[in-house]
Amino acid sequence: MADVRDAFIKTLIDEAREDERIVTVVNDSVGSSKLRPFLSEFPDRVFNVGIAEQNMVGVGAGLAAAGLLPWVSSATCFLSYRALEQIKNDVVYPKHNVRLVGNTTGVDYGALGATHHALEDLGTLRALPGLTVVTPSDMEEAEAATRALMQHEGPAYLRLYRASVPEKLDAPGSFELGKVRVLRNGDDCTIFACGPMVVRALDAARMLEADGYSAGVVAVSTLAPLDVAGVLEASAGSRCVVTVEEHMTVGGLGSAICEILAEHDPKHVLRLGISGGFAVPGPAEAVREYYGLTAAGIRERVAEFVRRVTK
Amino acid sequence: MAGRHTKAQMPSLQRAGVGKEITRAELLRLKATAVKCRLASLEMAYRAGSGHIPPDFSCMDIMVTLFFRVLRLDPFRPDWDDRDRFILSKGHAVGALYACLAERGFFPKEWLDTYQQMETRLPGHPDRNVTPGVEHNTGALGHGLSVACGLAAGLRLRKGRGEDRTPRVYVLLGDGELQEGSNWEAAMFAAQQGLDNLVAVVDRNRLQQGDFTERTVALEDLAAKWYAFGWDVAACDGHDIAALVDVLEAPPAPGKPRVIIANTVKGRGGPVMENKPEWHHRIPTEAEYEEIKAGLSAVLESLERELESEERVNRG
Repeated sequence: MADVRDAFIKTLIDEAREDERIVTVVNDSVGSSKLRPFLSEFPDRVFNVGIAEQNMVGVGAGLAAAGLLPWVSSATCFLSYRALEQIKNDVVYPKHNVRLVGNTTGVDYGALGATHHALEDLGTLRALPGLTVVTPSDMEEAEAATRALMQHEGPAYLRLYRASVPEKLDAPGSFELGKVRVLRNGDDCTIFACGPMVVRALDAARMLEADGYSAGVVAVSTLAPLDVAGVLEASAGSRCVVTVEEHMTVGGLGSAICEILAEHDPKHVLRLGISGGFAVPGPAEAVREYYGLTAAGIRERVAEFVRRVTK
Repeated sequence: MAGRHTKAQMPSLQRAGVGKEITRAELLRLKATAVKCRLASLEMAYRAGSGHIPPDFSCMDIMVTLFFRVLRLDPFRPDWDDRDRFILSKGHAVGALYACLAERGFFPKEWLDTYQQMETRLPGHPDRNVTPGVEHNTGALGHGLSVACGLAAGLRLRKGRGEDRTPRVYVLLGDGELQEGSNWEAAMFAAQQGLDNLVAVVDRNRLQQGDFTERTVALEDLAAKWYAFGWDVAACDGHDIAALVDVLEAPPAPGKPRVIIANTVKGRGGPVMENKPEWHHRIPTEAEYEEIKAGLSAVLESLERELESEERVNRG
């Protein structure tokens, strides 16, 4: 199991050796952004703005306007909240080629409490028209997503995190920007998951199979623009749908899937994530477990849900 | 929507006059242009029934000095890589920007008639996606300086990689806008990075939307603040074009960003509006409009007469 930030920075350095437009902007968090090796190799291509996220995003926009390709990295709890107006007005509205990287997300900072949790960013950022929103589900996807965003025209948000994920999911397919990835099929329910929840959903589906339930799993690694046709196709054969995300159940993946199904193919949906108020503080993995965001937790909730809606 | 303009419709390309002493004729021309641009701003906002005329008038002499003298730019190539950059951080003064861009030939003057109309290319705040010559989308205050810092840093980095000249980045800040804390994040960053290709101009008219700045949240001692933040600080009369030329074209202080506190009068050129808190975005009545227009037209006529005789003298 590994940390997607490592795959990201390795790829970034690799690309930066070939493409001198690549620069980084960071709010003091050189360590949590894993930027040290980039800094030692390209000292003049790191702009550390200090603890100043509004300026960080504005500077990123200016660097893009100067023809560079800035990767702006910060803990998600600061990037996507403090600097939201800068993201909207300085990056997305002017259509600048800025890549915003949330390096610590969800309940990664579990014990530090709700100020440091980032559980609403997908809801706010996927609402901005023209901002591509990506979150990889394994190391291979993290590398592929970073490379894809190098070529992408327009602003993008890359949601990284600290929860461990495999080098490579034990499932078919690969990351494709703008597409969902069907990892397994099932006709009792289809589970849509994103980020570190994908591998857990996949493990849950295997357990559910042993319990006698057939659950499909789909990785939604691009949340905006969302692959509407892919979502509909993947869920067409199943009786109900489950979403799993390390995010509030409001505004993120669950909401996005409900929007599509409600308009095109209404069916029962169970949204798994954080709900009932700000998340409790505690070690990150314990907090995930508290909210049922483990393979066992997902298995239990899905089995109960499928029984209820198909009885 | 007006179609794309052709070269034939455009005024001839003037190179920026950096380094040359300003002649009396050029000074008269710039003054006359500033009056013409005020008339255009007045006309636009009056016709649209919406706009920010006094903020436009406050910074018009600064903008005209930049667009018709200081900035290295080419209206036929708004995306020219080597151009100087200008960001209007006080985006509500967009009328001044459109008037300058149209007069400078970035787009046909007929576009001004579409100001703030449905699906216009000249919306009520600048949008680089639709208007040639607009460098950044502004309107929310406290954004321009950060973006200007990124631009200055990025252009300097590219210069180190073989570009022949580092373009300068100019950003016009409102004074009230300096109450936004993001400016001071950017001010610290610019000094830390030693961005000496960055010039910020503060349109110091001492008014904000609701009241005088010093009665709202005081900005003074403003020069001392910038100095304390590590900037090279200059001040001048923001309506004295010769003084503006001097200070805007002065070579950079090595390793320091420069701020120019331009002391201005909000509404300058329309006596009925000058220095009055209630005139932030008020639209003149018909009588007020006629009065302002007549006043400006008289000034323009006299400047043009003066210019004509100056040119006669110069021709000998």
